[in-house]
Amino acid sequence: MTADLQLTDEQIETILEDMVEVHGYDFTHYSRASLKRRIIRLVSLDKFLSFAEFRFKVRQDPSYLNRFVEQVTVNVTEMFRDETFYRTLREDVLPVLATWPLIRIWHAGCSTGEEVYSMAILLQEANLLHKSLLYATDINPAVLEQVRSGVFPLHQMKQYSDNYIRSGGRKDFSMYYTAQYDAAKFDERLGKRIILATHNLVSDRSFNEFQLILCRNVMIYFDKELQDRALKLFDDSLEALGFLALGSKETLKFSTVTGNYRQIENKEKIWRKIK
Amino acid sequence: MNPKYEVLAIGGSAGSLSMLLTLLPHLVPTLNIALVVVLHRKDSEDNTLVDVLRHRTMFAVKEAEDKETIETNTIYVAPTDYHLLVEKDHSFSLDNSEKVNYSRPSIDVTFESLADVYGPTVVGLLLSGANADGVDGLKAIKKAGGGIVVQDPAASVVPYMPQQALNALPADMLLHEHSLERFIQYLADKSQ
Ligand SMILES: C[S@@+](CC[C@H](N)C(=O)[O-])C[C@H]1O[C@@H](n2cnc3c(N)ncnc32)[C@H](O)[C@@H]1O
Repeated sequence: MTADLQLTDEQIETILEDMVEVHGYDFTHYSRASLKRRIIRLVSLDKFLSFAEFRFKVRQDPSYLNRFVEQVTVNVTEMFRDETFYRTLREDVLPVLATWPLIRIWHAGCSTGEEVYSMAILLQEANLLHKSLLYATDINPAVLEQVRSGVFPLHQMKQYSDNYIRSGGRKDFSMYYTAQYDAAKFDERLGKRIILATHNLVSDRSFNEFQLILCRNVMIYFDKELQDRALKLFDDSLEALGFLALGSKETLKFSTVTGNYRQIENKEKIWRKIK
Repeated sequence: MNPKYEVLAIGGSAGSLSMLLTLLPHLVPTLNIALVVVLHRKDSEDNTLVDVLRHRTMFAVKEAEDKETIETNTIYVAPTDYHLLVEKDHSFSLDNSEKVNYSRPSIDVTFESLADVYGPTVVGLLLSGANADGVDGLKAIKKAGGGIVVQDPAASVVPYMPQQALNALPADMLLHEHSLERFIQYLADKSQ
């Protein structure tokens, strides 16, 4: 898809500055290449004829702010994405978490909640859900509404069921939802332990202490400086001996907190806080 | 004088691997070029491509990592299931947004991003395939003043993709087994 209206790098910067100045959302430390592509895509989707028109909308129309945040961030997600990752959670991480009286988990950048529901299923099967709290946060309020509904597209269930089985699930995956037309409504018991809040990793602070923090496929959209800020925030929010889980192409290696962590043995992107 | 080529961007889909394997041994370090390879794979979990390529070249071969800086005499392979983009400081960014042309990684996404950053110093090479991914990417490279090379459809296992490219824009040269030396010369003329 080639957009009709191309924006220059300067125009992209102008829009990002407007977002800070007018709305208090700071995207200036996001990876430019991806961000530029998303903004040009938005301009094309919404059929703006000129940069001036787009800029006016961004600055003047308060309802367009949500649209901008929704479209410029990437929300693609899946249940039980990366089978070996979920297998490791099930086999190596949950047994350790089980020894805490109350388990607090933070899904930072949870998107529409597929990852959170996958975790709830793991906890349920380990008989730990009743003593767990899953904090699911995202910058985008619209995706949190979807998490709240517990409803996912039915046509995805075949793939999620395959992912679930390959990650070591032994149950019939369809027992976790009821099909209603083209939607799969997940068991309300899974949703009960999920707490939702908007939280911006750019500007918001630590709000609790956790034994497990997951932030997967969020920091690839940040530049190094913002990645480091987010990792410090997670470090401040993680209990001693807690776990930090990142996406399959993300790492703690280059951050300033790396010395406090040891990667788990099978080299999945999960680190344990040792200091 | 034209600026030299710094990056050779290669995109391919069905039937493209054999041409790539034939080409690699001909690339020599004196070209001072970096390769960015985006191949569609049937199995999105298949990470063996790096090993396959490694045995055919004197260049270093690795999967492109997020925030890694592009260096010459290195072949970077786009990982499965992520789009591969390039920043102004010549480092990679990964992106798992929606598929483009039913593909992730998408050749268009990487080519367009390289065109934006490298302009006239990137040359795009589109190989065999059954999909039109890469055509818009080549257009972007052309517009930025870069070079365009397309595998000869007649010499492609699946001619659709290179043919789509040729229908859309003229190529500087066609690549087939017997034009490899000329292709290396074409790169060399622009990379000294
Ligand atoms: C690609 S999704 C990842 C979903 C899930 N963690 C996974 O790996 O499947 C990225 C999410 O990060 C969110 N995000 C982007 N910038 C953020 C920020 N500054 N603070 C919090 N969340 C952010 C986006 O809204 C989006 O929902």
